[in-house]
Amino acid sequence: MSGIVVVGNGMAGSRFVTEMRDRDRKMPLTVFGAEAQQPYNRVLLSNVLAGASRPDQIGLVDPSWYERHGVDARLGVEIVRIDRERRLVHASDGGVTPYRTLVIATGSTAIVPPLPGTGDGLPAGAVAFRTLDDCVRILEAAEGAKHAVVVGGGLLGIEAARGLAGRGLDVTVVHLAGHLMERQLDPGAGRVLARTLGRLGIRARLEISVSALRTEEAASGTRVSGVELANGEFLSADVVVLACGVRPDVALAREAGLEIDRGIVVDEMLRSVSDPSVRAIGECSQYGGTVYGLVAPAWEQAAILADLLAETDVDARFTGAREITRLKAASVELATMGETHHGDEDPDVEVVRFADPARGTYKKVVIKDDRLIGAILLGETGTAGTLTQLYDRAAPLPSDRLSLLFPGINGAPVSDSPVRMPDAATVCQCNNVSKGQIRACWEHGARTVEEVAARTRASTGCGGCRDAVEGIVCWLDEQEAAPTG
Amino acid sequence: MSVSEQVIPETPTVAPGGTPTHCPYCALQCGMAVGGSPVRVTPREDVPANRGGLCQKGWTAAELLTVPDRLTTPLMRAHLGAPLEPCTWEEALDRIAGEVARLQERHGRDAIGVFGGGGLTNEKAYQLGKFARIALRTSQIDYNGRFCMSSAAAALNRAFGLDRGLPGPITDLARADAIMLVGGNVAETMPPFMRHLTEMRERGGALVVIDPRRTATAKQADLHLQPAPGTDLALANGMLHLAIAEGLVDEDFVAARTGGFEAVRISVNAYWPDRVERITGVPVPQMREAVRLLGRGNRSLILTARGAEQHARGTDTVTAFINLALALGLPGREGGGYGCLTGQGNGQGGREHGQKADQLPGYRKIDDPAAREHVAAVWGVDPEIIPGPGRSAFELLDALGADDGPKALLLFGSNPVVSAPRSGLIEERINALEFLAVSDFVLSETARRADVVLPTAQWAEESGTMTNLEGRVLRRRRAVAAPDGVRTDLEILAGLADRLAAPGTWSTEPAEVFDELRAASAGGPADYAGITYERIESEGGVFWPCPSEDHPGTPRPFAERFHTPDGRARFTPVDHTGPAEGVDAAYPVHLITGRVLAHYQSGAQTRRIAPLVDASPEPFVEIHPDLAARSGVAEGEMVRVTSRRGTVTVRARLVDTIRHDTVFIPFHWAEEGRANLLTNTALDPMSRMPEFKVCAVRLEPHEENGADQ
Repeated sequence: MSGIVVVGNGMAGSRFVTEMRDRDRKMPLTVFGAEAQQPYNRVLLSNVLAGASRPDQIGLVDPSWYERHGVDARLGVEIVRIDRERRLVHASDGGVTPYRTLVIATGSTAIVPPLPGTGDGLPAGAVAFRTLDDCVRILEAAEGAKHAVVVGGGLLGIEAARGLAGRGLDVTVVHLAGHLMERQLDPGAGRVLARTLGRLGIRARLEISVSALRTEEAASGTRVSGVELANGEFLSADVVVLACGVRPDVALAREAGLEIDRGIVVDEMLRSVSDPSVRAIGECSQYGGTVYGLVAPAWEQAAILADLLAETDVDARFTGAREITRLKAASVELATMGETHHGDEDPDVEVVRFADPARGTYKKVVIKDDRLIGAILLGETGTAGTLTQLYDRAAPLPSDRLSLLFPGINGAPVSDSPVRMPDAATVCQCNNVSKGQIRACWEHGARTVEEVAARTRASTGCGGCRDAVEGIVCWLDEQEAAPTG
Repeated sequence: MSVSEQVIPETPTVAPGGTPTHCPYCALQCGMAVGGSPVRVTPREDVPANRGGLCQKGWTAAELLTVPDRLTTPLMRAHLGAPLEPCTWEEALDRIAGEVARLQERHGRDAIGVFGGGGLTNEKAYQLGKFARIALRTSQIDYNGRFCMSSAAAALNRAFGLDRGLPGPITDLARADAIMLVGGNVAETMPPFMRHLTEMRERGGALVVIDPRRTATAKQADLHLQPAPGTDLALANGMLHLAIAEGLVDEDFVAARTGGFEAVRISVNAYWPDRVERITGVPVPQMREAVRLLGRGNRSLILTARGAEQHARGTDTVTAFINLALALGLPGREGGGYGCLTGQGNGQGGREHGQKADQLPGYRKIDDPAAREHVAAVWGVDPEIIPGPGRSAFELLDALGADDGPKALLLFGSNPVVSAPRSGLIEERINALEFLAVSDFVLSETARRADVVLPTAQWAEESGTMTNLEGRVLRRRRAVAAPDGVRTDLEILAGLADRLAAPGTWSTEPAEVFDELRAASAGGPADYAGITYERIESEGGVFWPCPSEDHPGTPRPFAERFHTPDGRARFTPVDHTGPAEGVDAAYPVHLITGRVLAHYQSGAQTRRIAPLVDASPEPFVEIHPDLAARSGVAEGEMVRVTSRRGTVTVRARLVDTIRHDTVFIPFHWAEEGRANLLTNTALDPMSRMPEFKVCAVRLEPHEENGADQ
């Protein structure tokens, strides 16, 4: 009996498989993964580079899970052809598998720019950073190395740079745009980030491209020796990491005749617009003109598709996702979301900003119609939780805009001085005793907490108001001692 | 108001020679002496739980004994629609026995349901379970403890093989390195408990509180995490993810004393910090700080309470926190581990001795043949006559009067018309019964609907044992005589058993019932066999399990091994799915419910005590000023709060201590302000706990606000 066949066992594919099994224990389910290992969490690759996790510690699915849950997992087996007419997939091992529904989750691959020196593949020491294997290769190359160049100053490039700098390498990031992470950050934030990274031993070279990789012959063969910049400058490096972006992996789908733009074009039920029996999720798919490059939308798609195919929610629809990014780099707190490039010129848009470049802090929220449409929190992210939820839900914003930038501004605990406290104020919550009642006790001769407690029970519950009661008694004593005038 | 007009309470007179006993309310079971004329209470210094402290509920507990509408005669309705009128005990008990016989003959034994409470003594809880099984021979018995801590119980059994609230004596708390309290507001719900936390902080320990509100407890914390309602599980998984990344896992402990960590390690890889931040709204730096505080020593303790547990995923949520505690190597160490804060006075003992639909005394499983045989021998019956498992609390209430459900209900120590989820529906189910009998000492909202009301003795008028939140068995002592015309529940059950010609013995002496309970629990997980009234008195309470009289009791049950077959604690991977009812355009606000300091549970007791009513006279809804402004609601105005299940009208209280997307209503009031008219009945698949703690509502100004202006 043919069931669901999933091509790709990365973040999107593996999530779909587990979501599907959570909802439907019986549906025949086969998953093909090009990599032989268990699926892993790509988000945690930066932890591996930084040394916080070992490569074998970032798995997403327990290896025994597939058998226990009746999933036919063909790991290390690639699909080479889709036969839509007969609804079959052909695998690299010669196997042919029928499907009723095909889920394509082939993800994307790293872009390797066509540089001189990369003609026959990358030389040793140069790695395009994308997969766990890439990560392991970078770590091998970094072993004993001194200088690293990271090509590309986007999110992934900076995470790689931070990881290598944390291992003691001297790192230079070469970036084409005028500031780092230009997709997520405005120029002001980019400058503060560059300054912060500078303190961590990472130099940024902006508005310049790499023109070639240079190599040298070593005992072990040809290996990278550095990069040449467009202005002719040479940066020597033992490790070169290419983080120049990714492109959707759609060769298989294109060959099968599915409509491709940048990704496989899908509708809100995640069906290929060319063939409703084929679904596509994650970075190989394109919805509403957008290819989503983050994990959260891919997981959202996985859950929606599982709801549709298991019929647990036949009305589930993917209608686009809100993108929130978080830099995973030790000692650099950075969260961004939505549209962050607005300045003060648009009268319909409210921009609230705080910058303290010397301390590495830059905060900005962009508001339209009392809704958050974008934000940057750099250096201190205490309000990130609040902002992400306001942004996700398009919820109306608190009237106090400062509380969007700074945690604890709103309603920080105030210590009540006995002087300012009104008589009606409750001092002892546990026994509902007011300041006035304590004052009255004092008027009747009570001079210690114990004497006040004996009459009012104040401080006999949780005991937390004992100091306050003592304060009031002392204050009353002082009032009495003070000369009247 | 001038100072001289301030009301000064009279000095509470100490009652020399007052009877030492415990408070009638929560699971802290504060020690108090009761005596004098008029009767007063004074706190006891010799009970570690409160060490001389009492909250206002405790101080005023004596007033319960003389509430003006105290029932002192049975009441009965002559027929449907007739008023409740005084009758004799003979008439009342004959009527109940007659209805039982009539309905069982027509519909079978399960036509009679029994509903108990977590405030009943061990003796009464035991006797009630026995009464259901061998006098009525119905499977349809459960109790309101199902609404209390059943999720923690299920998670504890799964992880440690034993469900006992705290892992050690309460005096351990003060010596902890850190305590993380999840979904509990002890500064209001059990104020003297705060003394232990304050002492811990004075010794350098850190208090972390997780609560969507900045409660009185959260204000005293070193760190307060304020997650979106229904996201605690994700938060716990996120904290475990961070603990692993920060190298805080106690690998030696995990290897030596646990099993199943690898699957959990993999499962929490999906809970990287910013994903959890997005789900919970808790900033990553705060999560990291909380993990570091917990991980810095191994005398740290994670405590959950109803806020974490009363969810359709409550068992898994507690499991996530147990996983975190296990990974950090906390359980089984003196002063550290995981614990559940019991809610009701005898929430612990109440569930150990047979009130639960699936259990027999001693925390035995009712479908275990060996357990049935043991208990049947103590009861002097054939194991065959003991019914199998019945419906859980909400399912039992929801089935009342239905074709396949009970046609009559006998209710002891509970007020489900106010306290059950979606209480409007439960009221309809109760009205659909052919017969309702209620044992209570006042005419509660549920008792008002009964056909027969039995006036029963209350805390200071009866004797027995209670098991407090520590798992320590305590003596409740009779301090005053019950009013004329009142009987104890044991006398009521004996009277009914006699009329039903039930097998077994039906003592009305608590000490004799306790001896029988000891025998019935012997060899079970909650083994009370070695506990005697004398030992409780001379030792200041005895911790269960205590299998023999020469056994010292078990203050710290996991010191050597966990109570699983292999002695190891079990990790279980769990996943976040969110509240059963999320917010949407029609119902855009989360509702959470809980307690206030001056009241207890359905308020049937505390709403009758003047100082408590003065302190907290009416229900209210806490709203953030921004949400109030958007909803057109001003401070002090009446607000209509509506969910898919009902509407309440309560006064607005504007506070900046609650999240912008959440409102809070306490659940102690009846009628228009009955919070549980709104709550969701989605049940936890393991514990059958309803999702009291989160549902979706909308807010509207009450029409009359405009008319007033």
